[in-house]
Amino acid sequence: MANKQKSPYGVYLEYLQQDQLAYQFSTVANKAIFFPREVCPETGLDCLEWRVSKGLGTVYSTSAVHPRDGIVYNVALIDCDEGFRLMSCVEQISPDQVKIGMRVKFKTHTPEGDDPYPVFVPVA
Amino acid sequence: MTMSALIKRGSVAIVGAAESDLGEVAPGFSAIDLMAQGVYRAVSDAGLNIKDIDGIFCATAQSRFAGVSLAEYLRLPEAFIDTTATGGSSFMGHLAKAQMAIQAGVCEVAVVAYGSTQRTLGRKNTSVAEYNPYETPFKPFLPPTAYAMAAARHMHEFGTTREQLAEVAVAARQWALMNPVAWEKKPLTVQDVLSARMLSYPLTIRDCCLVTDGGGAIVVTSAARAKSLKKPPVYLLGEAHVTTHSTISNMPNLVETGAKRSGELAYQRAGLTAKDIDVLELYDAFTINTILFLEDLGFCKKGEGGSFVSGGRIAPGGSLPVNTNGGGLSYCHPGMYGLFLLIEATRQLRGESGPRQVAGANTAIAHGNGGVLSSQDTVILGTAATL
Repeated sequence: MANKQKSPYGVYLEYLQQDQLAYQFSTVANKAIFFPREVCPETGLDCLEWRVSKGLGTVYSTSAVHPRDGIVYNVALIDCDEGFRLMSCVEQISPDQVKIGMRVKFKTHTPEGDDPYPVFVPVA
Repeated sequence: MTMSALIKRGSVAIVGAAESDLGEVAPGFSAIDLMAQGVYRAVSDAGLNIKDIDGIFCATAQSRFAGVSLAEYLRLPEAFIDTTATGGSSFMGHLAKAQMAIQAGVCEVAVVAYGSTQRTLGRKNTSVAEYNPYETPFKPFLPPTAYAMAAARHMHEFGTTREQLAEVAVAARQWALMNPVAWEKKPLTVQDVLSARMLSYPLTIRDCCLVTDGGGAIVVTSAARAKSLKKPPVYLLGEAHVTTHSTISNMPNLVETGAKRSGELAYQRAGLTAKDIDVLELYDAFTINTILFLEDLGFCKKGEGGSFVSGGRIAPGGSLPVNTNGGGLSYCHPGMYGLFLLIEATRQLRGESGPRQVAGANTAIAHGNGGVLSSQDTVILGTAATL
């Protein structure tokens, strides 16, 4: 069999570069899967298809991180409406104002010279 | 999860246990030096010699092939080696694998060893942070941020308070003050914990384990051979290991750990329940751990851990003795703490714990945790009276 042209992370990254948050869906287990992988962790089968999230979710948990000599920032776990969870951060509000249960919306953050990653902002 | 019917309750025993130097060791000590020092002290405790060892089980973040390094150091070329690494719970797994190897006749005298010099060398120089494109960009301060998010979720779902988390640290400190080799020497109050430097909300540095050097070893042999040795054997009654995730973003439920299942299986194998346990050694890398493990191992209902630990219940003089050495919070935490739980449980079951001895302790639970609540390994130990 010829080598695959794209890794799971590579595909995920391509979607992000188009401002889309992608996840995998197990067509056998009928379940959203995240992080992207080669085999379905529910069934052990090669049954994962890519889907694009609507980008809406809820804060599952959150922490304001206090570096010893730096600015406090947020780290959060987001439950997306399609049924998968990912680590991210909630921006636009003070890190300690991020609350569990808060509704949030995805946007792409592209650091200079580095891969883009998904961040979230409160739903207005 | 199936367990071979060949594994027999009480077929092996811990017959030697010792810490290496702890806290801040002299400059130049390596992790393997501390392992070897612990092994020497533990085999001496058992009345054996290092050359009696034919099984090496060890792990440390500072050696890529720790078993090979320790075999070189002790010059044990034909010893059976297992260097399974599941973080802080590694040593519970090593004990279980030593039982398998001893029952299979692959070895007869096994040592389980650990060493770390993370305080003298600095954490950055002793543990490699793995890059993960789904987590690293968000700069979680790991491991504390992972445990902080578990604590935040526990507070959200059950109304647990920061004061209740602090009670865990206060109880650990009270036990530590009775342990001459504990790192912390001064009393601690709930207010001290709350007003300490915030690390990752809701956890302050006093909700987090120490960063010390340290190591040690236990010696494990067959029940038959154990009877002829120096110290009263401490028998392995049951063990079970569960892996729910590796990264915190993949933990199925932040307020219920794999300890629920590993506990059920270990109790089943030991033929005991939570009510039968006399002394608890629970991996307290963070204050939330003790609360989660008390719940998941059946000592209180889910969600009630915060009120359960309040009012000194798990402190000296309380109704349930937990982390009697002072724990990872106040006694010693060189990075992978699980071995110290087994050492303290062994001493408690031998009646060697001096002022912090739990009177008449016949059963102990030593619960190991690895990663970010990822790897859960429950060990149940007992005296000869429990066989």
